[in-house]
Amino acid sequence: MRPGQVTGFLGPNGSGKSTTMRMIMGLDAPDAGRVTINGRPYSDLPWPLHEVGALLESKAIHPGRSAFNHLWLLAQTNRIGRRRVSEVLDLVGLSEVARRRAGKFSLGMTQRLGIAAALLGDPGVLLFDEPVNGLDPEGILWVRNLLRWLASQGRTVFVSSHLMSEMALTADHVVVIGRGRLIVDRPVAELVTQSSGRVVKVRTPDARRLHPLLQEVGATVSTTSDGAITVEGLAAERIGDLAAEHGLRLHELTPMTASLEEAFMDLTRDSVEFRGAAGETVEPEPPTMEATG
Amino acid sequence: MTVGSQTLATLPPPTVPEGHYGALGQMRSEWTKMRSVRSTIWTLVVTVLAVVGIGIVATAVTAAQWRQGGLIDHLTFDPTARSLAGVFLGQIVIGVLGVLVMSAEYGTGTIRATLSAIPNRPLVLACKVIVFGVAALLASEILTFAAFFIGQELLKGTTPYATISQPGVLRAVAGAGLVLSVLGLFALGIATIIRHTAGALATYVGVLLVLPLILQAFPVSFQHATIRYMPLVIGENMAATRPDIHAFGGGTLLSPWVGFGVLCAYTVVVLVVGGVLMVRRDA
Repeated sequence: MRPGQVTGFLGPNGSGKSTTMRMIMGLDAPDAGRVTINGRPYSDLPWPLHEVGALLESKAIHPGRSAFNHLWLLAQTNRIGRRRVSEVLDLVGLSEVARRRAGKFSLGMTQRLGIAAALLGDPGVLLFDEPVNGLDPEGILWVRNLLRWLASQGRTVFVSSHLMSEMALTADHVVVIGRGRLIVDRPVAELVTQSSGRVVKVRTPDARRLHPLLQEVGATVSTTSDGAITVEGLAAERIGDLAAEHGLRLHELTPMTASLEEAFMDLTRDSVEFRGAAGETVEPEPPTMEATG
Repeated sequence: MTVGSQTLATLPPPTVPEGHYGALGQMRSEWTKMRSVRSTIWTLVVTVLAVVGIGIVATAVTAAQWRQGGLIDHLTFDPTARSLAGVFLGQIVIGVLGVLVMSAEYGTGTIRATLSAIPNRPLVLACKVIVFGVAALLASEILTFAAFFIGQELLKGTTPYATISQPGVLRAVAGAGLVLSVLGLFALGIATIIRHTAGALATYVGVLLVLPLILQAFPVSFQHATIRYMPLVIGENMAATRPDIHAFGGGTLLSPWVGFGVLCAYTVVVLVVGGVLMVRRDA
């Protein structure tokens, strides 16, 4: 994982995302392998909250304690001042309810409190386990912007989700696991481009004349149900030029990119087919994760 | 509060302190944990009612009914023990507090936040033990001394009463406070092993109250040989100026301080087992 970007951690429910995060935090012990942060296991960090901040999926807040006290008791362990507690409360917009019992908080507010706790020590590495789970659209947008903003400051942001579409909007890089194994570790853009089959959607009143012209230059053309045509094997620029040369009107010319969801499906299908063809499943080494920040 | 458009202020440059996290910060944190939840306050109120309140009732009733009592009652009367009658219930209440201090961490998931901030688990447990132990000791001593002095005032004039300088009295009053706080730590240790409030509480109450009852199903010789090791008996014996062997079906009792040593040994064992499990298990 690299600093300055959001790394998405994808996988279906039960694939081991939360467990991986808990292992990074030293809460669960891995059966084999090891996890290091800036080259050290979590338990060797001199001031853990100053190096790693985490929002784990399972709630870690006493319902009877106020937001301020929850943050303050964490701050005290890592020599963080009261001013910083107020600062992070401001940052997540909880200043006004800081003295209220956390048990009365809405899901969104609880999530913000968890994020405030993660940011307490101003850490270079941030882990967020399903931060948008259960949030309303506004909350989701807020979290998404926050993650991007944190990464833009040069922090390493590692965020898990089972929603591919969410990651397409937030992450720069994705790590995909399935059944506890690493499937993909790649930049989002590359992942999407690779799976995009250079398909262009064209809408034109002169479809009947354009159609043979496109086939002439070697493109595959098909007509969709809503009257548009999809062209495979020819770039949008070339289609436009071709139409102009022949004086044809184009109403729409859209290069189609595969969504991350489709890319993900492609990938997992590939890995399944590959395993089937090889006739055996290779037991991979336990992954060693390294985060620098 | 505002949801949605949020101004993201620029963070000040990170200031990482020198050195390494340690016990002092963790103890401060534990103190914040204890004082920032209502259960601590309520349990403390109930402890005051139990230790001081019951002491007041017991001594007042004794004073009022003294003339109706027989010669044996008068001869065996221990005014110190009578004013400390509430320590019995206090043992249960302080056990509840000891259990909650640890089980609430697991029940609410706070333990994950705690261990993220301080990954050294034995240190976390040690700091909890120290902070809770000191707080419980101070509260217990204040309460037992208060119960003693108020109780003796109520007895004065009607019945024999004790002064703190009489033999065994200071030991009984201060010792009762010590027993209370050690039992609180014993309960904390049980909760470190069991981690669930209900299970830990049931176990604590079981060891304290039910175990002596179970002994009665065994032959008398066995009862006499074992009853002196029961935490409840050790506590009752400490809170009296003379041993009351009849209260628990006979047998010889340990001396108050030896009994206290045994109780401390139980507590150390439970805490060490809890600590080992805490390190081994996933949080």
